[in-house]
Amino acid sequence: MLSIQNLNISYSELPAVRDLTIEVGKGEILALVGPTGCGKSSALRAIAGLIEPIGGEILIDGKATVANGMLPPEKRSTGMVFQDFALFPHLNVESNVGFRVKNPKLVDKWISKLGLEEFRKAMPETLSGGQKQRVALARSLAHEPKILLLDEPLSNLDAALKIDLRVQIREAIKEAGVTAVWVTHDQEEALTIADRLAIMNKGKLEQVDTPEKCYESPQSRFVANFLGDGRFVGGKIKEGFVQTALGQHPYIQVDTFESSSTNEVEILIRSHDIGLQIKSPGNAIIIAQAYEGETRRHVAKLDTGESIDARLPHEDQIPFGTRVQAYVKANHPLVAFPKA
Amino acid sequence: MISRTRINRWGLFAPAIPIVLLAFSPIVVLIILAQQEPLEIGARNLRILGNTLALTGLTVTGAIAIGVPLAFATTCLRLPRAGTALAALVSPLAIPSYLGAFTYFAATGPGGEIDSLLGIAPFEVRGLLGTSWIMCLYTFPFVLLSVRASLRRLDASLVEAGRTLGLGPLGCFFHIILPRIRRGIAAGALLVALYTLSDFATPAILGLDTFTRAIYVEYNAFGLSQAAWFSLQLMLLVFFVLILESKANTVRERAGRSLSWKPNRILKTSLWTSISVIWLSAVGLPIAMFVLWLYREGASSFELSTILYSVTPAALAAICAVLFALPIARVASQGGRTGRWMLRITSFGFGIPGIVMGTALVYVGLRLPWMYQTTAMLVLGYILRFLPLATGALREGLDRIENNLSAAARSLGASPFETFRRIKLPLIMPAALSGAALVFLEAMRELPLTLLLRPTGSETLTTRLWQVYEAGYFGEAAIPGLLLIATSFSAMILFLRSERLLGLAADKES
Repeated sequence: MLSIQNLNISYSELPAVRDLTIEVGKGEILALVGPTGCGKSSALRAIAGLIEPIGGEILIDGKATVANGMLPPEKRSTGMVFQDFALFPHLNVESNVGFRVKNPKLVDKWISKLGLEEFRKAMPETLSGGQKQRVALARSLAHEPKILLLDEPLSNLDAALKIDLRVQIREAIKEAGVTAVWVTHDQEEALTIADRLAIMNKGKLEQVDTPEKCYESPQSRFVANFLGDGRFVGGKIKEGFVQTALGQHPYIQVDTFESSSTNEVEILIRSHDIGLQIKSPGNAIIIAQAYEGETRRHVAKLDTGESIDARLPHEDQIPFGTRVQAYVKANHPLVAFPKA
Repeated sequence: MISRTRINRWGLFAPAIPIVLLAFSPIVVLIILAQQEPLEIGARNLRILGNTLALTGLTVTGAIAIGVPLAFATTCLRLPRAGTALAALVSPLAIPSYLGAFTYFAATGPGGEIDSLLGIAPFEVRGLLGTSWIMCLYTFPFVLLSVRASLRRLDASLVEAGRTLGLGPLGCFFHIILPRIRRGIAAGALLVALYTLSDFATPAILGLDTFTRAIYVEYNAFGLSQAAWFSLQLMLLVFFVLILESKANTVRERAGRSLSWKPNRILKTSLWTSISVIWLSAVGLPIAMFVLWLYREGASSFELSTILYSVTPAALAAICAVLFALPIARVASQGGRTGRWMLRITSFGFGIPGIVMGTALVYVGLRLPWMYQTTAMLVLGYILRFLPLATGALREGLDRIENNLSAAARSLGASPFETFRRIKLPLIMPAALSGAALVFLEAMRELPLTLLLRPTGSETLTTRLWQVYEAGYFGEAAIPGLLLIATSFSAMILFLRSERLLGLAADKES
């Protein structure tokens, strides 16, 4: 449905997006994630036709939008949901949703689906942030776009509201059956809403895959760090296992690994994959801990000098300075990266 | 919205370029004019320069001396009927200072109205001190309003922190409050300086030889190049003030809880006394004089055509100014640094004193006889001078169109034209109307430009007042004077609203 090929965008010589290539299937939700300034919003605005790329092609439903002259935004059937909502301040909810919609049934449908019935005649400035964003979503969907583009739709909202609303938005998109590209810098949001993630860093694509794959087998240190917490611990490959200060573990290698070069690796260990047992001498000492509500985070210093994070159930509390045995409690293979 | 095609940029800048050139032309004309004769700075020139500087200095000092304490009193003290006090203190802005000068000229001194009514002659309001006093009376609200704005942004916790750290109330004022409102004082003082430098009729009526008065004298004596030479010197002073002003931009701080101190009875009484005295001198006396004249001599001398001759050019100027302002406002908000420079050049007009703009246009008129003393010429003068008011209002309207609104409309399938018609136009309409109204009202009360450029025989409210002054039949000023006060009053309300100078409107909200 959407095909981005070698897309390049730059602002007065400064490259913002470099050689981006992604395919998005019909009805799929792709989350475009990365830290601020990684080029994700630029890519989105280029799909909408709001900025002109310096190279590459964007095909919408097989139709080229860059070659043969820029296709203007209004000819692309892309709906966009903005971070600042962009509701027309002089029009009420109904007129915002119905802006240029020929079939009034569509307006009614999305107003009721998104629970906006009682605000039909309300002006945008009287609505709360969450209501505004639902109006913006209804407006986009009522126009039956081929592709829905969401630019950080939840970043101006309260934390509590975000979680509710992201589920609502995902359901609405799935019901409409529309192809969606959802830009966010919030990794948790991305993992929750997406069918697939595209993780970007400094204008380049780092990895495209399902949320599970991206989280469990990140293909780069950047992706590993960006999605969730975790630390790297040094180890050696020996007889099909990796040997570290924590013991011996099954492993998988990242694609960039050149197997011939060395058997020195670093493995990624997430904090919930580590267990601690009070034991002297053990292999580590507790150097810090913090209560987090459901869990209690312990930082332990291994005798090799490396630090690890362990999230234990909140009732488990190991005092500062206690000797412990740290071990990997996860059963899945750990991801091994070439030593930095 | 960041990258644009070449054609788009051309479409943005092209309509603005001729307007920028037009706005800059008066300066070019003045320079050409002044070069026509070898000019020197003689004793008379030095005396005029001295008068101008002394008047400006005294007025600024006086306006600060009156404005700052009253700003503090109306903002930080819990006064009963504080709204009334503030309204009384801002109301001098509704009287053009030349009306004040005119009424004081007629009322004071031996043989003046007060002498003939009461038999006692108060001191004459004339010359340097008299002019400074009148200018102070009508300009101190600028200081009051800008200091109020900075006081309102001052968080009371700062002062409370000072108190807990061991500072007394006076110590707090000098060490915490004063440093925070310094920029507010400076901003207000510069506005006062600008107003004083540009004002023509006040020093002219009260007999103080400043640049503006000297320009008019030269113009009447057909010494156009001497007038241009004085104009350039005056522009230099104005330019200097404008540069200072651009550096004194107030920092926007987040508003905190406001200070609120309880005054004692002596303080309250003395405050109300001074507020009453100021209101009576600035507003009460002029209105009383005009009403007295109306009562004594009636309205028979007033010709209705005067209203027509005032309204027509002002209305035309208002419409044109908004049309001219639209491309400028667009380049200012979208044209990057070039755009902001273009805006700055067109803003120059508001800094050019009316009498100077008039001189430049008279010279142009003499070259283009078909334009000279036509309504078109007068309208052009108004547009050049008041264009920044329209631009300012429109920019506020354009700012309502957040970046993403047109993007949203486009992605919903609207063409650029449809986006303009259905989204942008309805959003900037209120701003355009208020910009037009502001230009209209300012043009209505503009004196020197009208005096120099009006078609012969078509007297406006302001030129009628000037004629009355020159002829000495003060009684005939009643109707024009009262109408001008009404006009100015409307202009002030609009201006305060659009500038959000935290005047009356802001008080009602809180």
